[in-house]
Amino acid sequence: MTKITQDEVHKLAQLSAISLTTDEEATLQAEISNILAYVDQLKELDTEGVEPTYQLSGLTNVFRNDEVDNGIDRETLLSLSAETKDNHIKVPKVL
Amino acid sequence: MTTIAEYTEKSAVENVKRALQKARQNEAYNSLLSLTEDRALKRAEQVDNGEITGALAGIPFVVKDNFLAFGAPTTAASTLLQNFSAPLQATAVEKLELEGAICIGKANLDAFAHGGSTENSAYGPTKNAIDPTKVAGGSSGGSAVVTALDIVPFALGTDTGGSIRQPASFNGVVGYKPTYGMVSRYGVVAMASSTDTMGCFANSAVDAELVMSIMAGQDENDMTSLPDYFEPSTLEKKLKIGVIKELMTEDLDSEVQATVSAAIEELRLAGHDVEEVSLPIVKHTLAMYYIIVPAEISSNMGRFDGVRYGSRSEKAQTLSELYGMTRNDGFMLENKRRILIGSYVLSSGYFDAYYLQAQKARTLLVQAFDELFETYDLLVSPTAPTPAFGFGQHTSDPVQMYLADAMTVSASLAGLPAISLPAGVGSDSKLPIGIQLMAQRKNDSLLLSAAKLFERKDQSS
Repeated sequence: MTKITQDEVHKLAQLSAISLTTDEEATLQAEISNILAYVDQLKELDTEGVEPTYQLSGLTNVFRNDEVDNGIDRETLLSLSAETKDNHIKVPKVL
Repeated sequence: MTTIAEYTEKSAVENVKRALQKARQNEAYNSLLSLTEDRALKRAEQVDNGEITGALAGIPFVVKDNFLAFGAPTTAASTLLQNFSAPLQATAVEKLELEGAICIGKANLDAFAHGGSTENSAYGPTKNAIDPTKVAGGSSGGSAVVTALDIVPFALGTDTGGSIRQPASFNGVVGYKPTYGMVSRYGVVAMASSTDTMGCFANSAVDAELVMSIMAGQDENDMTSLPDYFEPSTLEKKLKIGVIKELMTEDLDSEVQATVSAAIEELRLAGHDVEEVSLPIVKHTLAMYYIIVPAEISSNMGRFDGVRYGSRSEKAQTLSELYGMTRNDGFMLENKRRILIGSYVLSSGYFDAYYLQAQKARTLLVQAFDELFETYDLLVSPTAPTPAFGFGQHTSDPVQMYLADAMTVSASLAGLPAISLPAGVGSDSKLPIGIQLMAQRKNDSLLLSAAKLFERKDQSS
């Protein structure tokens, strides 16, 4: 049975850019371990030589015409952000 | 149960006012997150003036609140998007509006459509329309309940692994999930891009067909939408129907077993050729689903960063804190659980064993379905392993909650169209129970015409 440690949960949360609390990490450690134990059953299945199916539309390289489209205007898009300044989206310092 | 026909030829303003009034009378169910009253009444006046016409002129409907739609915020039942005012509308919504339909409100769901009971909404669970002590099912629980309560004759939902069919079963309405790609995904909050589909709830298969025929079609804004193929049709021939034996085992709830078996027997008595078929790989599909879908979720949810739109954490001192805190505050535990599982199965060292293995297994599933559909027109199973369950019954055990999707995920992974039709009510529980019919990819016309045929049979009996 696959077990996941709290350290691994912490690392996954970092990879996923989610600042979990320690309590949440503990909860998720137990739950994710159970879920992985469940999905581990797939390892029994013989898939030797089988190609994966990533999508079912059967479509590849769907192109659109290369035409200018005005789309949604700048003011509308900027208005969706929590903080803006001089036509830019403002964020806290990067470093 | 009211159908679309009962709304046509009536004043659109009256239709909309009646729907809004019914919505307010039923607030206790928590099926709606917002009403789009001003916009709806304005559009209704335009219909009554003759400025807006079409096949659904003046018909009120509700959208699941993960469809971008004007008139109220699009929250996806999360706090992260609680004030998000959509700058565009989903293609499916636009198409319905072009035919004169009027959106009156936005339905509750599991936040970001992650869940099977609508208990994961940041705005509280939705109550079952038949028994308010039970869950609505999910994730499109609100849309199922507004349809079952006759607030509107149809409502939109999304179905990634059963999120239309299972709540349709739990609330005794029709729920339709189209072939993957039949309806554009543009303007709908993405969950798992290879299985997300847009469908509807209605009180008859006839209405579901009408709504789907309007929403269907290729869209240049969704590169995975299929070239137009859907045409409504009628069917008089006898069908060859396969009953998937692995989904009719003794593990099933006894009421589901009895009700669905009786519905299947009716199909046989109606002259259809009904046989038991075997789909052994079906026992592995839930495991495939809970690898592939979280993987796609973890990728799709990356866009919610608190920067360009959505609420953001006020406490953050740096950009990386802004991401981490916004996402921790704005996601429900189930969202986080799925994102982390996705990150796990995609990470190096685990990719081959989980993600790649699941996608290979998916090929085996698709092949097994293809083989059956060479012989059978339709495949049949229960829609859900149980009738609606109690609040909190599965919330402490995610694996138990996921098992509620056991009947529906196969069609999702194989891209098949599937419908849940009311099959009856449990003998003791009196709760609705649905039967699921599945057809080959792009055979939506056959599936819906068969559903209409079975419905006619029900009404004449």
